[in-house]
Amino acid sequence: MSPVIENLDLYVDGFLTSLSIIVVAMVGSLLLGTLIAAFRVSPVPPLRAFGTFWVSTFRNTPLSVVLFFCAFGLPELGINRTFYFFGVLGLILYTSAFVCEAIRSGINSVSAGQAEAARSIGLNFSQSLRFVVLPQALRTVVPPLGSVIIAMFKNSAVVGAFGVGGDLWSTGQTLTSARGYETLPIFIGVAIGFLLITLPAGALLQVIERKVAIAR
Amino acid sequence: MSQQETVLFDAQGPKARRRTAIGTVVGALVLIAVAVLVVLRLAGQGQFSMELWGPLINPGNENFELVWGVIGEGIVNTIKAALVAMTLSVVIGTLIAVARLSLGRYARIPLIGVVEVFRGLPVVVLVYLCVRALPDAGVDLSGLPGGQVFWGLIIGLTAYNMVIFAEVVRAGVASLPRGQREAALATGLTNGQAMRIILLPQAFRIMLPAIISQLVVVLKDTSLVVFVANFDELLSQGESIIRNLDNPIQTFTVVALLYIAINYTLGRLAQWVQARQARGSTAKATGGDDLVPVRDGA
Repeated sequence: MSPVIENLDLYVDGFLTSLSIIVVAMVGSLLLGTLIAAFRVSPVPPLRAFGTFWVSTFRNTPLSVVLFFCAFGLPELGINRTFYFFGVLGLILYTSAFVCEAIRSGINSVSAGQAEAARSIGLNFSQSLRFVVLPQALRTVVPPLGSVIIAMFKNSAVVGAFGVGGDLWSTGQTLTSARGYETLPIFIGVAIGFLLITLPAGALLQVIERKVAIAR
Repeated sequence: MSQQETVLFDAQGPKARRRTAIGTVVGALVLIAVAVLVVLRLAGQGQFSMELWGPLINPGNENFELVWGVIGEGIVNTIKAALVAMTLSVVIGTLIAVARLSLGRYARIPLIGVVEVFRGLPVVVLVYLCVRALPDAGVDLSGLPGGQVFWGLIIGLTAYNMVIFAEVVRAGVASLPRGQREAALATGLTNGQAMRIILLPQAFRIMLPAIISQLVVVLKDTSLVVFVANFDELLSQGESIIRNLDNPIQTFTVVALLYIAINYTLGRLAQWVQARQARGSTAKATGGDDLVPVRDGA
């Protein structure tokens, strides 16, 4: 493990860059995914069709293909940015489809009878949404949404492999190819870096799940 | 309006219907405008020229057969890798799940640790380690049919997916009514026999949709090898076409469409199987559908 300890500062830098990718992509994909989910459950047919198209496109395409598309397709449309931008954008587009489906399934899990019951005891529409439908939907959304987000944490490694530079993966690449360290210890170091993110996130998710769980 | 929408909004009156109609027109116009803008931009860059598209869509083109030969080989390799990795993951995952279910409370702690570690690692890191570091560690895979990179990829994908299946199998077995195991033991079967003859076959039936959905994930993940080494799967084949013909947008479009076609079909198959099961007797016997979480965030 000594190669890892010798280059600990590089690993810390890489870890922080990976963390920045993750935070930006998390905020972006949650916002975009919620918007697409709103499209998919809206009463407006073109928006619904667009949402369906979006989800079936990005859910069925490998993240690597989405990333290549962003990096090679968008410049043709006149959008020229850094690889960091394209990498994070690709990750956001890809993850938004999964976020959308998690949210939509949560909303659909509330049975229509709940809303009918709310209306029949005299709550008006916004009250029934606020007190009856949304609290239940949000709780059901937590576990699937959490696992989507943790999967996104792991997918950030693909963005690194794609060539963002400076993240955990690139640290491993630099150390093995440019400085001639052996692959195994260096990439175990990279793996530990990711475990430092995903294991606490998984534990946190379990705590939250237990807190919001409802008996049905 | 179908039933699911009525939770979010009421049956629409005349005012709301008018608003929806306006929204429909405006939404459609905005979407069409964006599409037209993109198409114009692409056309302005000459992206619709037959020179770029020809080898992919025009059977008369001199390169057409060559290009589709390369793509076809890529599809075969992608599917082959996905199926082999999938089979190994299901088999090993089942073994892990059975071990976890039959071990005592303390003996299963190291196993849970292994499962958690593999679940927390990015699959691309695992693939990289298996392709690049296994030979360094003295594991020689090049003698196997398919070669070193193929088996490195398979082992990487299997390491990642086997623990996911272990969880799926465990959930499947746990979702069966306790009476199934009790009845099996009462008829004189041993613990192992009860697991093998009574519990696992039922669990697998419930799990089938989850297995098919995970196949989509594995299929997509085979493309990650492009960052690690040379293996002629679909995306890598696309890249080599682009190196020769210099048409990234066109080739990536075709590659993406092929992935979407395969994965969408598999996804629909999973839904169909799940719907069929929900109607069938298994679901009734076990008290409902959706017992095994179909997790598709990868």
